[in-house]
Amino acid sequence: MSESMIYSQSFPSDLKESASIQQQILDVWVEHGISEGDLPDLQLALEEGLANAVKHGNQLNPTKLVKVECHLINESVIKVTIEDEGSGFNPDEVPDPTDLENLDKPSGRGIVLMTAFMDEVLYNDRGNQLTFCKRCSINA
Amino acid sequence: MASDATRLDVQTVSGITVARFIDNRILDEAVIQVVGDQMYRLVDDHGLKQIILDFQTVEHLSSAALGKLINMKKKVDASGGKLSMCNLRPELLKIFKVTKLTKVFDIQKSIEKSLKSIKISEILSPSTNQRHMRRLETPSRFSS
Repeated sequence: MSESMIYSQSFPSDLKESASIQQQILDVWVEHGISEGDLPDLQLALEEGLANAVKHGNQLNPTKLVKVECHLINESVIKVTIEDEGSGFNPDEVPDPTDLENLDKPSGRGIVLMTAFMDEVLYNDRGNQLTFCKRCSINA
Repeated sequence: MASDATRLDVQTVSGITVARFIDNRILDEAVIQVVGDQMYRLVDDHGLKQIILDFQTVEHLSSAALGKLINMKKKVDASGGKLSMCNLRPELLKIFKVTKLTKVFDIQKSIEKSLKSIKISEILSPSTNQRHMRRLETPSRFSS
């Protein structure tokens, strides 16, 4: 198995910084030939993961950092790891947004979307580090 | 970075407001904030009650954008109006399906079908029915 890190950065918990980091990662994916068909799904998962880390993990505290790494595995799988400095959470305790009583709540759908669009989504035991993977088509 | 520039193209079709999204990806927090504010103004400032959101240009939106749409629907419902959505691409429809928001929103294939959906709901609404009933109860000058 070959795995190469194609991006690594830490940034303060600020939504503008987060948007800038997203664009940088998107540019790196394009440079590595990730197909246009895969980019929107990856971008959606990245947005959800970074937003959760900045807003919920680090509570928008700019003195706390979010660390994001992106790996390319076997020239076909994108793996992203996002870690915040918050106390973490248990994803199993997040109310299911697809339950009837939660359907009209305006938040809480990030994990559902990531799970739907990525091949794998997992959290570490503490709940402050997210990893998601997606098998992608690579442009020659 | 998002500006306060118009992110909705608003027109009136057959007396119903049709708001088309300008952005193809509603993912960035700043964009979502502006899109949300401009949607809410249709109800809060302009008093519009029958609104179609046209997603033809939209390829992707985030959970935060879904939150804005849910709040928009609540506003329209509270005003006694009707919100319909149309022209969702398959990848966008998937977002609504996996979150089961297809149960919350009126999602139609085209503007024409959204127009029809709103017209039907207008006919079926209790206030409209009451107006019909009042008309029926009023003695006609032609009745014997």
